[in-house]
Amino acid sequence: MAESELSSLDASVGLTAESLSPGRLAYRRFLTHKAAVVSVFVLALLVLWVLLSPWTARYGVNEQVFDISKGPNQNLPPADFAWFGTDIIGRDVYSRVLYGVRVSLIIGLASAVFSLALGSLIGAVAGLKGGLFDDIVMRVTDVFLAFPFLVALLVVRNMFGAVGWITVIVGQPSSIRFMVFLFAVFGWMGVARVLRAQVLSLKEREFIEAARALGASNARIIIRHLLPNSIGPMLVSLSLGVVGAIVSEATLSLFGYGPDPGTGATSLGLLVAGSKSAVRAGYWWLALYPFAALLVITLCVSFIGDGLRDAFDPKHGGGR
Amino acid sequence: MSADQLLQVSSLVKEFKVKTVTGIRSVDQTVHAVSGVSFGVGSGETLGLVGESGSGKSTIGRCVLRLIEPTSGTVRFRGRDLVGMRKEELRALRREMQIVFQDPYASLDPRLTVGSAISEPLDIHRTPGDHGAKVAELLELVGLSPDHASRFPHEFSGGQRQRIGIARALALRPKFLVLDEPVSALDVSIQAGVINLLQDLQNEMGLSYLFIAHDLSVVRHISDRIAVMYLGKIVEVAPSEELHAVPAHPYTEALLSAVPEPDPVVERQRHRMILTGDVPSPINPPSGCRFRTRCPKAAEICAAEEPVLTTISEGHEVACHFPDSTPVSLRGTRS
Amino acid sequence: MLRYALRRAVWLLPTLILVTFLVYVALRLGTDPLASYRRTNIRVSKKKVDEYIAANGLYSGAFGYVRGYFQWLWGFITLDWPRSIKGSREVWPHLKDALANSIRLGLVASMVGILVGNAFGVLAALRPGRLRDTLVNSGALVGLAVPPFVSALLLQLLFAVYWQKWFGYALFPVSGVYPPGHQGFDLFLMIKHMALPVVVVAIQSIAVYSRYMRASLLDVLNSEYMRTARSKGISERRVLVHHALRNALIPVTTLAFLDVGAVVGGLIITEGLFEYPGMGRFFLVAYGNGDFPELMPWMVVIIGSVVTFNLLADIAYAKLDPRIRLG
Repeated sequence: MAESELSSLDASVGLTAESLSPGRLAYRRFLTHKAAVVSVFVLALLVLWVLLSPWTARYGVNEQVFDISKGPNQNLPPADFAWFGTDIIGRDVYSRVLYGVRVSLIIGLASAVFSLALGSLIGAVAGLKGGLFDDIVMRVTDVFLAFPFLVALLVVRNMFGAVGWITVIVGQPSSIRFMVFLFAVFGWMGVARVLRAQVLSLKEREFIEAARALGASNARIIIRHLLPNSIGPMLVSLSLGVVGAIVSEATLSLFGYGPDPGTGATSLGLLVAGSKSAVRAGYWWLALYPFAALLVITLCVSFIGDGLRDAFDPKHGGGR
Repeated sequence: MSADQLLQVSSLVKEFKVKTVTGIRSVDQTVHAVSGVSFGVGSGETLGLVGESGSGKSTIGRCVLRLIEPTSGTVRFRGRDLVGMRKEELRALRREMQIVFQDPYASLDPRLTVGSAISEPLDIHRTPGDHGAKVAELLELVGLSPDHASRFPHEFSGGQRQRIGIARALALRPKFLVLDEPVSALDVSIQAGVINLLQDLQNEMGLSYLFIAHDLSVVRHISDRIAVMYLGKIVEVAPSEELHAVPAHPYTEALLSAVPEPDPVVERQRHRMILTGDVPSPINPPSGCRFRTRCPKAAEICAAEEPVLTTISEGHEVACHFPDSTPVSLRGTRS
Repeated sequence: MLRYALRRAVWLLPTLILVTFLVYVALRLGTDPLASYRRTNIRVSKKKVDEYIAANGLYSGAFGYVRGYFQWLWGFITLDWPRSIKGSREVWPHLKDALANSIRLGLVASMVGILVGNAFGVLAALRPGRLRDTLVNSGALVGLAVPPFVSALLLQLLFAVYWQKWFGYALFPVSGVYPPGHQGFDLFLMIKHMALPVVVVAIQSIAVYSRYMRASLLDVLNSEYMRTARSKGISERRVLVHHALRNALIPVTTLAFLDVGAVVGGLIITEGLFEYPGMGRFFLVAYGNGDFPELMPWMVVIIGSVVTFNLLADIAYAKLDPRIRLG
């Protein structure tokens, strides 16, 4: 057939030896963002260090560096036996920062994952189906996002705390489970709006219509086409969610609505909150190290998010 | 139109409600995209559907597959009405009717390999057998190599992608394809290859086509019959050669005169009709004949009364108060 | 335009009523006004409690909430506001002062943020990819990544505690609007007290505006009509001022309107840390006491300003962008 000769000519044009998936192309673009790559390493190192806290920590979370009978152990500046100094009851700040980062990372990751799962589902369905569900989702998020964030967070925190069955499931407002729940309840809104916008733009592309013409169900379209094509915004949302939850935890702690310090555990937020009065007394090490840990996390995740945005931005080509 | 038509569309109407959003307030307006269109496609036949952008031709293509819900009218495929059909029935029917889209860049999911894109219909309908082998077969059928199955769409040219889109549409061995401007996004040099491929496939597999295009030159050779649309209505239907020889509707004539003649002598001498003005908004279409605002023959009756499709010769219907039945070759250079 | 504004304004009222009702329910569930009252006023007589319930309409049951809401609403409109739980004082004078303090702080901080941020954004967009673009970009990224409480506490540490240690006096005070016990108006003292909170807030808004302005201006500069303007031989300066900036400012203005609207809500974290007696601190204290009679009017002010400034932002956007026509 004359037709097949023509097409075989056509077919061999412009193909490279190696097949590059859109994901691999994005990965390559990510590698060109130096700050993001460095951040990945720094963050990985920090996470590893924290995960290995049974070996990397020097003291227990509530252990004093030495007994008070051997001399005053409170608010000591950094020294050999306590690299980051000691706190008001003689505990090692270095070890406590490790434990605090661990708790904060757990809160950050857990809330971000829940927010992402809930938000992408709601956003994708709202964007795809439109109609009443979409209207309701948009109005609800409008109302919540219009309030100052901390106000909305605190009011909802109290409301949930007063509902019996919620506290049975996720614990009291000062528990870590409750905080994850609270942050997820807020976090999904941002994700849902991002995903909805993404789906609305994807919906105009003909491959969604093509799938529908092939007989694909809404569930299949969402899982097989819409979500894989929203990986970029989803990853960026995830990174924003982790930072958002960690900072929210710290903010709540700062005003006394964080985890209960009485339980012996600590978090970055509690350490930061504890430093509020220490700062005014001049014990700088009580603020510096928790702040540094917090900033390392927020900066690294921000840079990674920036790198991801660049890597998945269609303006950078590759898709076409 | 006989009862053995594969596809029979009757009095199809599609109106879109559009919101003009200003802040949070919005005004509802109605776009009359398709206003009472009827046509049929026989088994093994190709019907060309031609019109300017905004004439509603793509809307018809999507209504036929019920990708969008028609406002009213019926779409019968093998005698069964798709409108109001339940989801499961519709899904089963989708094995038999498929669509090829205009934009080969937008119609393939960038995250799926060519192989998974083509096997997606097989997965959806749980077709038994080796999907990999079927994909290879389909790729060869459309003139690509089976090795291409593991590649991603962005590695292919526009023409190649359109072939992939055709392979996907053919995966379920349909009887009927809607071709929604399948070559208008391609370079002219590639168009012929894709059109030839479509013609070969039609002969081999006994397919019927609804071929949508915005100019007559593309559909002339592939179509058995051609329907010309203007602002949501069919203004003329005729067998392809007849339409080119004796266009009865002034709009068809204008479309034909936009197609250049290869012979420079003929080109210089031929009668050309240039339309002035823009297509009116489908939100407020003109009264009576919708073409009258741009028609050189417009008279009072055109504003008052809407012309209906009437048969002027065997298989040739036109909706005009002043149809022209002289062949183009005999029409004067100045009218 | 006027008709559009009026029609939008008509919607303000139902929106306000619906949202305040939701907030009423949330606050009553969350703060349990009766328990807070008993907690703050221990050994109070049964009669006082009944008076409190009647004054605030704290009836139970679904119907009680609706009835209570409308009683509250009527009292609010007729300016017959219930007194606060703590200290049983009048709410309005206190709220008014907080509002004035917040607006003062917020407007100054917004102005700094808008002016400096937009200037940085323009500087970056004019030389994309060059050193100053990179500096502005990564600076903004860092600015956004630093939580406000970190910068607040670090500034306090530096300018108050260590300045005191090194030079014998604190350069900037860390709390309040005036030193404790100060009477009357003193501009210099006020500026001194506002300096650090303004810096904390400005860091964030400079980062936001510079990124926003940069993106917006780059968008315009890369558009077809800018190329046309240049190819007509118009001077670069005229191109920039007449065509690019005017169009780039459209989205930025909308953002600024929303931002100024948020000022009324106070800068909760900053005000909390600097013990600045604005709306943010008003909320934190009232929330801490579970002071329902104080929280409701506060919420009304917030909701009212958010809704109003949203409307103003929409109108400004429509007025600036000729492509949007209002019916």
